[in-house]
Amino acid sequence: MTTQQHSIARAVNRVAAFFTLALVLVLTSGCHQDMWNQAKYKPLAKSTFFADGLASRPQVPGVVPAGYGARDTLLYTGKVDGQLANSFPEELPVTRELILRGQQRFEIYCTPCHGRLGDGNGMIVQRGFKRPPSYHTDRLRAVPVGYFFDVMTNGFGTMYSYASRVPVKDRWAIAAYIRTLQYSQFAPETDMAPQDLALLDQPVQGLALLDKSEAKTTEGSAHHE
Amino acid sequence: MAQIFPKKANDLVKVLAAAVVLGACGLGTMATGLWLSPFITQQDVAKQQVVPFSHLHHVKGLGIDCRYCHTTVETSSFAGIPPTETCMSCHSQIWTNAKMLEPVRASFKTQKPLEWLRVNDVPDFVYFNHSIHVNKGVGCVTCHGQVDEMALTHKGQTLRMGWCLQCHRAPEQFLRPPSEVFNMQWQPPADQSAKGLELVKNNHVKVEQLTNCSVCHR
Repeated sequence: MTTQQHSIARAVNRVAAFFTLALVLVLTSGCHQDMWNQAKYKPLAKSTFFADGLASRPQVPGVVPAGYGARDTLLYTGKVDGQLANSFPEELPVTRELILRGQQRFEIYCTPCHGRLGDGNGMIVQRGFKRPPSYHTDRLRAVPVGYFFDVMTNGFGTMYSYASRVPVKDRWAIAAYIRTLQYSQFAPETDMAPQDLALLDQPVQGLALLDKSEAKTTEGSAHHE
Repeated sequence: MAQIFPKKANDLVKVLAAAVVLGACGLGTMATGLWLSPFITQQDVAKQQVVPFSHLHHVKGLGIDCRYCHTTVETSSFAGIPPTETCMSCHSQIWTNAKMLEPVRASFKTQKPLEWLRVNDVPDFVYFNHSIHVNKGVGCVTCHGQVDEMALTHKGQTLRMGWCLQCHRAPEQFLRPPSEVFNMQWQPPADQSAKGLELVKNNHVKVEQLTNCSVCHR
């Protein structure tokens, strides 16, 4: 064999060795998954350890989260001395921020049934859910604000409890916004700004009510309150 | 002694060497193609779930906000998969006899959770947190795609590290105003780069830290 043949053979060997190694690496790269799938649980994962198969453990009955303490106050129940309260908890002054937060949360959790206006004509109602009462009735204008908090917390009729979905303070914010909605549909003329009065004379044009400019007016009147 | 291989064998060796090199290149190309394909990334591949839940129907059709079901997305690392109770909030009243929903009713009755298969998953060495992304202006659509148009849920993006880094290197290209995070229809303005830099500044996004290994890997 010539020197040239030798070097070619060596080169071929090297190339072959390189690709064999690469192929082995590629084929075995799937063998070590222990860092991808670590011996730990992610939320709501399946467990083979607990009998019910749930990695996320249900709370022990009666457990109180750290930092919460007594839960029988107005803030958590909407009641004072067992009676629905017509005032907001001390720790939650009704500010513009609270009402705007309430509007945002209302539009996430409540509008599907109650509608953006609170008239009980939401999309799910249009699809066959039992129609909830409109907020714009004498009865619901007269109920204490704690009533709305109580309904959100414990459910009412066909409405499930929203306690697990909407945190306590957000429920109060929504209650504040419901009051705002009620006011927006029942404000005396003397409370209204000239631009609001001008709107009254215009014919309502379907979805125009949901227009942003008008939503601002609603916020504006809430601000007056 | 006569040579074992005739002189022609030299050509054969060259042809074989070329075949090995080309073959290896071809194999490499195929492997790369496979690695990037939905077969491996699972992007755009719908999984067969216990109930064929349609985001298209619930989000686009009915206008339900993401957070109605994914309640902890703004406050926790985990966006939250709704408990059966959430489904039954409506389906205790509507479509109560639908066969498709039988597993939901059974789950509610027996208190045994529905076993949804994870569609979006990252390796366990990635410490992804939904709340920080949502609160800093990353829209749902940015990572999950047009979920409101998914009749069956699938991954909207690869969720590979290289993909994550596009945004971690240049968040101003992707951030949106806080009010638009859950808006499935939002489109970036023409001057996104300028607006994005403002959002980066206003939201106190520390861009220089976003590519530190320990931001995502602990």
